[in-house]
Amino acid sequence: MGFRLVKAVVVIALIALFNFFLVRMAPGDPAQVMAGQSGAADEKYIAQLRQDFGLDQPISTQLGLYAKRIVQLDLGYSHRQSQPVLTLILERLPATLLLTGSAFALSLLVGVLLGVWSASKAGGWRDRAISAAALLFYATPIFWSGLLLILVFSVWLDWLPAYGFSSIGVTMSAWQKVIDVARHAVLPVTTLALFYVAIYARLTRASMLEVSRLDFVKTARAKGLADREVLVRHILRNALLPIITYAGIHVGGLVGGSIVVETIFAWPGVGRLAFEAVNQRDYSVLLGVFFVISVIVVIVNLLTDFVYALVDPRIELT
Amino acid sequence: MKGVFAHYAATKGGLLGLFMLLVVIVMAASAPFLFPAGPWEIVGAPFEPPLSEHLLLGTDMLGRNIAAAIFHGAYVSLLIGLVSTLAAMVIGITLGAVAGYVGGWIDQVLMGLVEFFQTIPSFVLAVVLVAIFNPSLGAIVGAITVVSWPPVARLVRAEFLSMRSREYVQAAWLSGRSDIAIIFKEILPNTLPPIVVAGSMMVATAILLESALSFLGLGDPNLMSWGYIIGASRTVMRQAWWMSFFPGLAIVITVLAINLIGEALNDALNPQLQAVEEGA
Repeated sequence: MGFRLVKAVVVIALIALFNFFLVRMAPGDPAQVMAGQSGAADEKYIAQLRQDFGLDQPISTQLGLYAKRIVQLDLGYSHRQSQPVLTLILERLPATLLLTGSAFALSLLVGVLLGVWSASKAGGWRDRAISAAALLFYATPIFWSGLLLILVFSVWLDWLPAYGFSSIGVTMSAWQKVIDVARHAVLPVTTLALFYVAIYARLTRASMLEVSRLDFVKTARAKGLADREVLVRHILRNALLPIITYAGIHVGGLVGGSIVVETIFAWPGVGRLAFEAVNQRDYSVLLGVFFVISVIVVIVNLLTDFVYALVDPRIELT
Repeated sequence: MKGVFAHYAATKGGLLGLFMLLVVIVMAASAPFLFPAGPWEIVGAPFEPPLSEHLLLGTDMLGRNIAAAIFHGAYVSLLIGLVSTLAAMVIGITLGAVAGYVGGWIDQVLMGLVEFFQTIPSFVLAVVLVAIFNPSLGAIVGAITVVSWPPVARLVRAEFLSMRSREYVQAAWLSGRSDIAIIFKEILPNTLPPIVVAGSMMVATAILLESALSFLGLGDPNLMSWGYIIGASRTVMRQAWWMSFFPGLAIVITVLAINLIGEALNDALNPQLQAVEEGA
């Protein structure tokens, strides 16, 4: 486990280094880049930035200053929003974790179920219908499925709210507040999950079919075990392993998808913050979001390794 | 090769995908003739619904022809998908081949790089790159390339590792051929099938990525793109569903077509691979 921790720290340090050079590779003056290029930044602020980051000093001094800041979790200051970048991100993080976490759980659950259902009668009409739907959603951009869901469930049927995190200006009890947030979350979570449901359904199906050809499955059947027993305890348990690996890989994709989903649904999370930062050319915020999201992905990957070792005792954490 | 074509033609999905992709290619190629004024030209009143007057798919908020935008956008999507995939393939194949063939610390460094790029959330990285280097065709292609090459490198490396100790490679090595010749003339042709399949699927991913970038307003401001139309008109979706609907449909059809082709290629190339490996 120690090795993995060290590796995770190295990766995080490399991401910080990457950020550092990204700003300096950008066209124009790094101070301008960090202040936001659209010309709204005043001279005094630029001069201040130049001094803070030592931009008139050699690159090694700059790197030292930068490293010191990162270690202190100082991700810079957003001149536009007049707040430290880290404060802005931490304020928005819970909404994003709720969105991506729910979408992740939902897509795994539904995807694996559909995959199992599909593989249990491979070649039948049910299998074909699920495979076709998975293929379709795998080809659908999430911003488009999100817009269609708003159109159908919010505009035409008027069942669910399409924008925001909760109703504003209504007094509610604690329980009503939970229901209210949940109602607001249905469409964004579904939008983000659809694409990954398709992926997990396809993966589970392929993995199940592969495992079901192995010898120990034949043995289990020959022993006279019920189909259901073989399906769940022998095939599914082994078929799940590659899916956990992929789930770890997809965490980054889910968080990336939240930029698009939060933009569509006005969900007050980190993704929306990134979108606003892009529009306002507030690069210190954008790079801060990039850094924090990468760190989260690294941490989740560490956790996946843990889960992997729990599910499959043959794997040792070195 | 004949077997591959026969195999491919036998898959219904592959034929359907090929047909759909052909339609999109014809759309892209015919755009300058059907809509010579270009996608930015105002042709009627704003907010015209589909099938009004001579406008099959209606107009957008400024009275621009949605059909013209979709036809011209087809060219942009295919171009960006192809170019960035080609660039990612060149980088991925080169680095993967070197890592797998040379091995040792070079392999470790290169695979560390691959792992690093696969850890960073790729869409966020693409957004950051395009935003910082200012949205343009070059920046978009560059960003998509940067996030797409690592899986190729990993795939090619694995293939090269398994090929390195084969007899035909050792024979070539003993006969004094240079490393470059062995990599590109001996091993690479034998690893092509999985690379071709991965490459075809990557075009689809690249098109999806580009559409998401331009949806967020990070498209090249001089190029009409499907994602851009949807992003620009999403705020008026309640009044004008067609502005977002048809460009999205175009994306789905194109990406679906390419995925179908990739799957059919996979099915067509794999039986042969297995036959070769079993010595048949």
